[in-house]
Amino acid sequence: MKSFNYHSASTVAEATGLASKASAYLSGGMTMIPSMKMRLASYKDVIDVKKIKQLHGIKVSSKSVTIGAATKHAEVAQSKEIKKAIPALCTLAGKIGDAQVRNCGTLGGSIANNDPTACYPSACLALNAIIHTSERKIEAAKFFTGMFETALKKGELIVAVEFSIPEKSYYVKFPNPASRYAMVGVFVAKHKAGVQVAVTGAKAGIYREKAIEQALDKNFSEKALDNIIIDSSDLNSDIHASADYRASLIISSAKQAVAHCK
Amino acid sequence: MASSMIGSRVERTEDKKFITGKGRYTADITLHGQTYAFFIRSPHARAKIKKVDISKALAAPGVVTILTGQDIIKDKIGGLIAGWKIVSKDGTDMKLPAHPPLAHDQVNYVGDHVAVVIAESLEEARNAAELVNVDYKVLTAVVNTASAMTSEAIYEGIDKNLCFDWELGDKAKTEEAFAKADRIVHLKLNNNRLVPNAMEPRASIGEYNSSTDDLTLYTTSQNPHLTRLVISAFNGVHPEHKFRVVAPDVGGGFGSKIYPYAEDVVIAYAAKKIGRPVKWVCERTDSFLSDCHGRDHVTEAELAVRKDGIVTGLRVNTIANLGGYGSLFATVTPTYLYAPLIVGLYNIPAAYCNVKAVFTNTAPVDAYRGAGRPEATYLIERIMDQAANEMGMDRAEFRKKNFITAFPHQQCLVHNIDSGDYHAHFNKALELADYKGFEKRKADSAAKGKLRGIGFSTYIEACGIAPSSVVMSIGAGVGLWESAEVRFNATGNISVFTGAHSHGQGHATTFAQIVADKLGVPMANIDLVHGDTDKGPFGMGTYGSRSLAVGGSAISKACDKIIDKGKRVAAHMLESTPEQIDFKDGEFIVRNSNKKKTIGEIAFACYLPGTYGEVKSPLPAGVEPGLKETAFYDPINFSFPSGSHVCEVEIDQDTGVTKVVKYSCVDDFGTLINPMIVEGQVHGGLAQGIGQALYENAYYDETGQLVTASYMDYAMPRADHFPEFKIEYTCTPATSNPLGVKGCGEAGAIASPPAVMNAVIDAIGTDISMPATSEKVWQALRTKVKSAKKAA
Repeated sequence: MKSFNYHSASTVAEATGLASKASAYLSGGMTMIPSMKMRLASYKDVIDVKKIKQLHGIKVSSKSVTIGAATKHAEVAQSKEIKKAIPALCTLAGKIGDAQVRNCGTLGGSIANNDPTACYPSACLALNAIIHTSERKIEAAKFFTGMFETALKKGELIVAVEFSIPEKSYYVKFPNPASRYAMVGVFVAKHKAGVQVAVTGAKAGIYREKAIEQALDKNFSEKALDNIIIDSSDLNSDIHASADYRASLIISSAKQAVAHCK
Repeated sequence: MASSMIGSRVERTEDKKFITGKGRYTADITLHGQTYAFFIRSPHARAKIKKVDISKALAAPGVVTILTGQDIIKDKIGGLIAGWKIVSKDGTDMKLPAHPPLAHDQVNYVGDHVAVVIAESLEEARNAAELVNVDYKVLTAVVNTASAMTSEAIYEGIDKNLCFDWELGDKAKTEEAFAKADRIVHLKLNNNRLVPNAMEPRASIGEYNSSTDDLTLYTTSQNPHLTRLVISAFNGVHPEHKFRVVAPDVGGGFGSKIYPYAEDVVIAYAAKKIGRPVKWVCERTDSFLSDCHGRDHVTEAELAVRKDGIVTGLRVNTIANLGGYGSLFATVTPTYLYAPLIVGLYNIPAAYCNVKAVFTNTAPVDAYRGAGRPEATYLIERIMDQAANEMGMDRAEFRKKNFITAFPHQQCLVHNIDSGDYHAHFNKALELADYKGFEKRKADSAAKGKLRGIGFSTYIEACGIAPSSVVMSIGAGVGLWESAEVRFNATGNISVFTGAHSHGQGHATTFAQIVADKLGVPMANIDLVHGDTDKGPFGMGTYGSRSLAVGGSAISKACDKIIDKGKRVAAHMLESTPEQIDFKDGEFIVRNSNKKKTIGEIAFACYLPGTYGEVKSPLPAGVEPGLKETAFYDPINFSFPSGSHVCEVEIDQDTGVTKVVKYSCVDDFGTLINPMIVEGQVHGGLAQGIGQALYENAYYDETGQLVTASYMDYAMPRADHFPEFKIEYTCTPATSNPLGVKGCGEAGAIASPPAVMNAVIDAIGTDISMPATSEKVWQALRTKVKSAKKAA
């Protein structure tokens, strides 16, 4: 790791004031610190945002659940309020990494990194999340712009994420046998307006699987997916899973998700 | 209390420091004036080095020096060696490339060592390393094991990339068995390449004192004396008597820390050259790239069977991948540690094995937990299943028909197996696994839409290596005895020195149990010392499940010498004769009397041999003062642990995920000293073996890049992959050592891969290679469905 200046900000304004072209925000550090250790990334200033009060807290309304960006995965997994409103979010958070990762890693850090195999972006997309930042509100559909790319501008800090409460939802993750990131992860959410199915791990970035959504809109059951064929032409193919296998996992995971939807 | 120590589940005395974070590993050592080393490694699998330009890097902040292959040549540092000479079937010696610790003209695998930057801090070393400019001419890499012989030659003078073409067994007799066979069963197998993944990565610190000319190397070694011998005698870094090698706490080895590596040689040499301590700690990815890997065989096997199910012959052709160079034990692993055991624990009268060892542009391959025996066991246990299936026989009954039943048994290849009872452990394992209830469990799984399979592995291995005269007659460059010293202190407690090295095996406990049992001294008064060439006598180290059988026997023998001397002293003190003295539970007693001395009193008297209170000149004429005995034990034979493992898997047809749902094993390790430690060894071995069968695979792409160079891509088994293992034992004591022990460290890793694979194949009804990943199983099931549709 190359040396850097460490700052611990206590307000959003202080954090954004410290930001520059050569800075990065540090939350749980689960991806950032290993990247720095491997010298894949280096910064002049590292601004720790974990102590900013505004980035913590869980608020549940009749329509949405708003979670502070620095909330740890373990806190989400164990939150009774979230469990009542969107139990699938607790399931998802409880399956990220291992116990140590879940007790360090945060929601904001995960979506800002937008790893194409991360779990949280699928929930954001399927649950029409609104990303509250230091400057504005961004719809999830416009937030995730590409592999490790987001709509965040330099110095813009995620403050909270607001998830809309669906009628029911569930998340199924098929972990990569080595990294345990999602080799395929499928988030199924049944909203009043229709079914939204977001898939992670299968392509260069998070996306909605329209073929499954249409089938489930007509008939929200596992059976409805029996004859669905996923186009595997732009699915990832690597030493762990071919595109065809991923296509098959998307269907089997979606079926499981439908079966468990609550 | 004494006699109860053998076979007792004593808690591991070493655990307190490990679980409280007080272990002292090489990386924990910091020396005054220490510098830090960073190795520059080849990013290419095969390339000529045109130029190494260090000029910019030398001027970088904090840099002390940068050493390259040119320095190695200039200072006449010798190359790394392969310590076991194999002779090809045409009578020629094996062919080896030069293996300089820092390459000067060619690099031969990704991770090969090119230069070392030594600086005041690790960050400065790494920063400077980015400024070293190596000009490579990239050459086409040879990567594939099966096609290595038909690829371009990597080294001048080594045709077909062939190190040796070796054979074992009576070819003519085997051909005859095949000519007469009612059925010939064929099987092609890949034994997948594995990365050892010790929890503690390798590390070395060199320290040189110019005023005394003493050189010390702290390193992560399974055998510090051997490391000292090799670096001294072959690399020529420093004379043996002025060179100390310390292997402090070591966090696992699995074979990968047997060999002195390039880094050890370079760090020792660099410390001497700059006159300051030099520290190097391997990072995990460098560990993936440069630790010696394991396995990597491609094999074709044939079994000759009579129609009544009696196996009459076995014919095997194996290509073994050695990687880019010949590592220390690389040549014995796929030959003498492998081929003699291809017949398993079956009474097969004729067998022949040909092994071609090839060089490729991949990391060197050497011994890894089991070393040769897992490859042999995988072969015979898979083909036994294949044969039973082809002949429509029950796989358990087919095995039983062919078990060796009379001992000693001279097998058709090499070994004379002293003891065993294979029916005993197999029957017990079948009961433990509830084989009779399998069909019902299979139906229950089917009701859930899952496939269930059961697999057996009845194995034998050869441990306790090894009789020196035998191994040296077949090419070993060293004898494989072990040493021990039992040193009584004047106050009656004991320091035990062993040449074996513990890096997770629990020697401090097991060896102390032996001493406590032999000498009747409480465990708390016994301390085990190992891992420092300045302390104990020369030892051969720990590998091949040899520590207890060979090292433990040396300790036992040294204890016998202590008792002998104690009897002479006691006899003198008690006015008797040594023949009249019995020794039991720590007391020397004059037979048929109440006259006795404790061993503590004898030790005290030996160290204070004058008039002392009531004691008057306790030592008889001709007996030296002190109570300390050294023993070297050279075994008379290998030991032959065996056992029966039964695995049950359940497979999800939608995803191809295999879950090990039941695992039962019954092993015969001879006498058990500490069953709890043995259980731990079995657990660890099973984890690694199941890992090989289902998850682990070191994968190089066609350019020779290691794709699985981190835990992001190299799949390790986790605790939640395993059911609770059911472990039981049978016991036929070994006759080749005084303790009756056979060795248990590698058994789990040897037995489990075929047990798991036989279960997977039983479940899906089609052949599949290791690792049986979810995608492979899914593909196999899909292919089966497709071909069934076609047929219909």
